[in-house]
Amino acid sequence: MGSFRALEARPGPGIGEPFRMVVEEGKILEFARAVRADLPEHRGPNAIAPATFLAACAHWMSEENSGWKGQRRDFRRVLHGEQEFVLPSGPPRAGTELVGQQRIERIYHKRGKRGGMMKFTDVVTEFSDGDGHLVATMRSTSIETETDVDLSDSEGGT
Amino acid sequence: MDTGRPHFEVGTKLDPWTDAPLSISDFVRYQGASGDMNPIHHDSSFAESAGFPGPFAVGMLTAGIAASYVTSSFGPESIRRFRVRWRELGWPGDVMTYAGTVTDIRQGSERPELEVVVTVTRQNGEPHLTAWAAVVAPSDEDV
Repeated sequence: MGSFRALEARPGPGIGEPFRMVVEEGKILEFARAVRADLPEHRGPNAIAPATFLAACAHWMSEENSGWKGQRRDFRRVLHGEQEFVLPSGPPRAGTELVGQQRIERIYHKRGKRGGMMKFTDVVTEFSDGDGHLVATMRSTSIETETDVDLSDSEGGT
Repeated sequence: MDTGRPHFEVGTKLDPWTDAPLSISDFVRYQGASGDMNPIHHDSSFAESAGFPGPFAVGMLTAGIAASYVTSSFGPESIRRFRVRWRELGWPGDVMTYAGTVTDIRQGSERPELEVVVTVTRQNGEPHLTAWAAVVAPSDEDV
């Protein structure tokens, strides 16, 4: 599983610099508590991370690591449409050191229920282990409404 | 032989689970844990300036709880894929009910892999999100 070397993309527009992320026991505990994951497997030095834990990579990222780098986003106009985690061998455990890299995968437009245009952006973050094996992929779709369009025009999203 | 373990087949429904009412404290706890500090989920004046009546739920919070709902049945190490699509916003005070159904079982590279569809609905019956989870069966005998 995941036994191929993750390709490290060359940073550039829409492609962030690789970043380090350490999966820590205390962070797993904190995250698990926040998402009501109360199983004992989320505790202790060998704790397993909850399924959506890699969303916390934001703590390990600076502007240059973001696929959005250099772009200003108005959070008043952005909703979260979809999110996906692919974990070929399951979620990582405490002590795992990952290297993440984020890139904008796709930008597309759709018309909303009331006629406004919405911009969809798929952002992919790939996580490799110390040997360069791809261990997780996170894909996030955000929805941005064009100026002067009510966010309630979008289909779904949070 | 009754092993006492649950048996899963296509159409098996997980026991629905209803959460406590969502609060802005829940949003803040999740935002601190995840590092997503978008003020629209905790700052009333910011949310109002964006045209909303107030802060609304962090989508990744209810997505994360939906994943916890799945792993409470199959174990946290079982999950191989988790995808969520949000339908309608969640709000402070919302009482969300989580329900899951096994929709497919296929042979995975290790053990049988189950597809579970989770729906999360608000107290008024409106859909909040749909999630699709792929999990490996706890053991071969369980499917």
